[in-house]
Amino acid sequence: MIPNETFAGSTIVSARSVSKRFGERVAVDNLDLEVPAQSCFGLLGPNGAGKTTTLRMIYGVTRATSGTIRVFGMDINQHLRSVRSRLGVTLQQNVLIEALSPKENLRVFGRYHLLREPELSRRAIELIDFLDLRSHADLPVRQLSGGFQRRLAIALSLMNRPELLILDEPTTGLDPAVRLVLWSRIRELRTAGTTVLITTHYMDEAQRLCDRVAIISAGRVIDAGAPADLIVNRLAPETVEFDCTPQEEAALLDGFVRSGRRLRVGQRLMLYVDDATQLIERVRRYDHGDRRPIIVRPTNLEDVFLSLTGTSLEGNS
Amino acid sequence: MSFSAPYALAVWRRNAAMYRRTWKWNILPNFFEPVFYLFSIGIGVGAYVSEMGGTSYIEFLAPGLVCVAAMNGASFEVTYNIYVRLIFEKAYDAMMTTPIEPDDVLAGEVLWAITRSSIYGGCFFVVLALFGLAPLPSSLWVLLLIPMTGLLFATIGLVFSLRIPNIDLFSFYFTLFLTPLFLFSDVFFPLGERLTQPWLWVAEALPLLHPVRLARASFSGEFSPVVLWDFLYTLGASGLLLLLARRSIRQRLTN
Repeated sequence: MIPNETFAGSTIVSARSVSKRFGERVAVDNLDLEVPAQSCFGLLGPNGAGKTTTLRMIYGVTRATSGTIRVFGMDINQHLRSVRSRLGVTLQQNVLIEALSPKENLRVFGRYHLLREPELSRRAIELIDFLDLRSHADLPVRQLSGGFQRRLAIALSLMNRPELLILDEPTTGLDPAVRLVLWSRIRELRTAGTTVLITTHYMDEAQRLCDRVAIISAGRVIDAGAPADLIVNRLAPETVEFDCTPQEEAALLDGFVRSGRRLRVGQRLMLYVDDATQLIERVRRYDHGDRRPIIVRPTNLEDVFLSLTGTSLEGNS
Repeated sequence: MSFSAPYALAVWRRNAAMYRRTWKWNILPNFFEPVFYLFSIGIGVGAYVSEMGGTSYIEFLAPGLVCVAAMNGASFEVTYNIYVRLIFEKAYDAMMTTPIEPDDVLAGEVLWAITRSSIYGGCFFVVLALFGLAPLPSSLWVLLLIPMTGLLFATIGLVFSLRIPNIDLFSFYFTLFLTPLFLFSDVFFPLGERLTQPWLWVAEALPLLHPVRLARASFSGEFSPVVLWDFLYTLGASGLLLLLARRSIRQRLTN
């Protein structure tokens, strides 16, 4: 894959005040989005937040009720075919022809992009190697495991060497080993110059892959930026977790940790601080040697999401 | 939105790639079915019918059954098969991520239904010819009529399939629509001799009647002016239904 120099520093996807209503329901509400070239951009949010609708509007199968979307600098509704010929989409649900082999699936899909022999077969073989499908390349797809099928689905969306790769929850339901392989392939593509737009509700995935993320809730972008910046700007680098009652919380923390940097879920309290040492000492003194279990860990994107929306990400799926 | 032949052909080739896997098993019944009809009804029932307007009953039956075969070939493709691709396999959702547009999907699927219908009808015709029931060369006209019949029933089936809410309704399509057409479209008996004039006008609305009359004309080599009406009905109805199907498929595939 050849790095695409033309788009370095430019914007691949730009959405301006985009809304989508289905009857009375507002799926996407005045959303703004900028996906820079040759980066990996994550759309994060719980199911029903409007992630898939946003993607569908970007590749032009759902039409925005208002606002404009430009992809590769072109209005999606006016240049549908030329935009789509330059992007690839892996849908949430694998769309494969079960009676045919991976190789045949790739060839059928390549024809949707008007690829011809010998390029068609050459590209199919390339992708079978790239996604480690060689051992199963000639078996009917219905005999393949979920991990193989997912890799094939991603291979299909790469047939036309897309400049923009859109992945809708690429690793949902996969085992950890397959997820690691896919992440490494996605990073390779990004390094080679492909712009990647990914939706996920796995925060670890977003943190590992994405240069920038936008957190979406109820059809709106509620925050966007580099994962590390979001964590530092919104919260703090360290998280201290322990169980305590609201009365204990008031006695322990008022005047010590700002309320904006506290999050309570049931009995569990999470505190976001720059340096956990002082806080831990304070809790120990309060407990008089009766040591309650305390967890100290780096703050992650999930904390940012929780603090922004007050809802759990994976709990809603 | 627009139509582009290369993309429509890519849709057609998806179906062809699947059919290539199974054609050896699929094509055999296409040869058996006409043989069963000809023996059971043509020779069995026909033994009690001395003569039909100057021909034997089996010769009367042959041209209509070619059209029935073409109708069935197209109908299975645009009902159950389309519905599976649309709802269960989500094949069109994947196509909509590529430069393919709904119009291309419609064109590709209609073309594929015509292909299947031509295989069905063509096999039937070959069997008739082998039994000496297809007068040559005049009956060769049906080789043009078969794809026309396929087009007509592809568009009828598509309009139905794209508008129904669930797959169970296909049994209505087959038992309440295709079966009566099969029985009351001049295939088994000449409507003109059994129906009163008002009913004959009603019968003119039946889509299968027109291809059957065209087939009969081609087998007998006698073309009366009514074939022009049959020809215009077949193409005109197909055109109108194609427009309806186009609206439906755009609504189903995009929003």
